[in-house]
Amino acid sequence: MLKIENLHASVEDKAILRGINLEVKPGEVHAIMGPNGSGKSTLSSVIAGKEEYEVTDGTIVFNEEDINELAAEERAHKGVFLSFQYPVEIPGVSVTNFIKTAINENRKAKGLEDMPAKDMLKLIREKAELLEIDRKFLSRSLNEGFSGGEKKRNEIFQMAMLEPKLAILDETDSGLDIDALRIVANGVNKLKSKDNAVIVITHYQRLLDHIVPDFVHVLYNGKIVKSGGKELAHELEEKGYDWIKEEVDA
Amino acid sequence: MSKYTEDDLREELKTKEYEYGFYTDIESETFPIGLNEDIVRAISKKKEEPQWMTDWRLDAFKVWKDMAEPEWANVNYEKPDFQAIAYYSAPVTVDPNKTLDDVDPDLLAMYKKLGISVDEQKKMNNIAMDIVVDSVSVATTFKKTLGEKGIIFMSISEAIKEHPELVKRYLGTVVPTKDNFYAALNSAVFSDGSFCYIPKGVKCPMELSTYFRINQAGTGQFERTLLVADEGSYVSYLEGCTAPSRDENQLHAAVVELIALDDAEIKYSTVQNWYPGNAEGKGGVYNFVTKRGLCEKNAKISWTQVETGSAVTWKYPSCILKGDNSVGEFYSIAITNNYQQADTGTKMIHLGKNTKSTIISKGISAGKSQNSYRGLVQISSRADNARNFSQCDSLLMGNACGAHTFPYIEAKNKTAKIEHEATTSKIGEDQIFYCNQRGIDTEKAIALIVNGFSKEVLNKLPMEFAVEAQKLLEISLEGSVG
Ligand SMILES: Nc1ncnc2c1ncn2[C@@H]1O[C@H](COP(=O)(O)OP(=O)(O)OP(=O)(O)O)[C@@H](O)[C@H]1O
Ligand SMILES: [Mg+2]
Repeated sequence: MLKIENLHASVEDKAILRGINLEVKPGEVHAIMGPNGSGKSTLSSVIAGKEEYEVTDGTIVFNEEDINELAAEERAHKGVFLSFQYPVEIPGVSVTNFIKTAINENRKAKGLEDMPAKDMLKLIREKAELLEIDRKFLSRSLNEGFSGGEKKRNEIFQMAMLEPKLAILDETDSGLDIDALRIVANGVNKLKSKDNAVIVITHYQRLLDHIVPDFVHVLYNGKIVKSGGKELAHELEEKGYDWIKEEVDA
Repeated sequence: MSKYTEDDLREELKTKEYEYGFYTDIESETFPIGLNEDIVRAISKKKEEPQWMTDWRLDAFKVWKDMAEPEWANVNYEKPDFQAIAYYSAPVTVDPNKTLDDVDPDLLAMYKKLGISVDEQKKMNNIAMDIVVDSVSVATTFKKTLGEKGIIFMSISEAIKEHPELVKRYLGTVVPTKDNFYAALNSAVFSDGSFCYIPKGVKCPMELSTYFRINQAGTGQFERTLLVADEGSYVSYLEGCTAPSRDENQLHAAVVELIALDDAEIKYSTVQNWYPGNAEGKGGVYNFVTKRGLCEKNAKISWTQVETGSAVTWKYPSCILKGDNSVGEFYSIAITNNYQQADTGTKMIHLGKNTKSTIISKGISAGKSQNSYRGLVQISSRADNARNFSQCDSLLMGNACGAHTFPYIEAKNKTAKIEHEATTSKIGEDQIFYCNQRGIDTEKAIALIVNGFSKEVLNKLPMEFAVEAQKLLEISLEGSVG
């Protein structure tokens, strides 16, 4: 589904990603961990097509297609979804209006008509229920005044609505209380199938107790320096990153 | 796909074309250019006006001759040559016994292009239309339904003949001839406009609507609107404007007077998308408008405006809160793009006790445009417990445009409560990327963000109008992208 080879990316001439290799197959869950500032969010932004980041070398292939030249919205239309670490506010635009626009723009890209209002409402209701989101919440301005946890839950609500092929969850667990973490993780698990894939970026094991990864990668200084199974996350939780840094720097 | 930055956006905004820039070739009867007493007399004669009206115009002309064009607004433009304008132009096909079927098919086609065919409008929801094309009312609909309630809704020319006592009593009482340069000019040469009277206690059952349009080359448009809501009555009035594109600057100087007697309420909504000029700042409409309402006891006047067009806009819909407990509101969205200049805002004059006013102004500037809010809140010494709340928000796109706020406050009564809030923001790349990531392209993302920014004002518009206004916001900033 996703194949990244030797990816180098920089922002304002500062190299941040320095040769990433990553392959994600349908049905898989990959976890990416790593110290602050190692490039995790940068990697997700580059996959999603953020203009600020310049790819200086390497390739990103999504479903057999090189997507490096595609605009962010075109990648979204092909099924790439990013749950933002820091979701932005759009004052005056309600959650409902925003997601409605997103759904219809995605449909338009596929040559489909707007979704009938009735179906839209039904879908919204269904997904809001899945994530235990209060209906009143949906008429609030997007992310404006949302608590940290509300923002993250709203990201996953949008993911549930859009049903992407590849979902990248950038620290979706940060800010969630224990119950919310369980609800959100259950939501993600329910949406999982053998045809889609998830990349989970996190600092903590607790999310991975719920969303169990097939692979765990450690990103350090813009490179994946270690990969393993789910037990690697446990090891990191126990020992921190120093031993990895030592291995790399040795 | 290419990298899309604010610079690109700025570039693309320049290439926006005016959607309604076509010219309908209708035979027009146009007066020779220039302005003098004879022209004023000729206009009055042409319209078969009574002597008192002719005299009124001539008085106004005398006043105007000695006035100078105001310079204080934050706009820069070449002053129009008032002797190079034709002051009267009417489609010659007008028949006083007109029905819609009699209307020039070219005209109807023009409305269609504008998306406002009269047929459509007639059928559409409860909207009665009084259409002003180059100064003469061509079609009036729904007259009968209104007539049954005693509501008078007709062109002001007709009203001068059919209801002289009402016109005589109220014309020029809110905007006196001497008020300002453009008001004086309008009073001398106004060509047509709408007149509306709602009798005591009557709630007007439908939105009243007028579409203005400047068509003939080199003609000024000077409409005059007079709206009287008698005691305890209610009316919602919609005004929409478009003008075809032209290289020379067209002048538009309208006067709108609203009178809300005791316990009456008037909602006046405007959507203005006159030709703003091309990307180099050539052409476009000069829009110098005087709009003012008078509130008697417990009366309420709300001005809602969506201003997307014109090269230069000079416009301050105002409320004189004369009666105790009266309420004035001003909700405004002003978009400027390319070289457009807008200096707009409101005046709230608190004279009565417990009077209340609210001002919400949303300015959106793109391109090299300049967008100014100018507001005056005046509390007179006898206006105990007057309250005002003002909020002025500006949204900037790119670095070449400007947003300015000039709030003036004059309070002569210590019990006054006045609050003013102002914000300036920019559409952020992060907001656009967030939308892009959800599959929403940049153009749509901007429309979404601008709509969100303007929502408090859009919500004040009547339903049918809100949808149109939203489309207009999109059009104004569209073309903009891709
Ligand atoms: N737009 C930018 N301009 C300058 N530097 C940037 C920019 N974006 C990212 N960086 C830098 O790139 C590095 C990687 O940042 P990134 O956000 O990808 O880290 P991260 O692994 O997600 O960290 P965290 O765990 O704290 O979220 C950091 O040093 C950051 O300061
Ligand atoms: Mg991060």
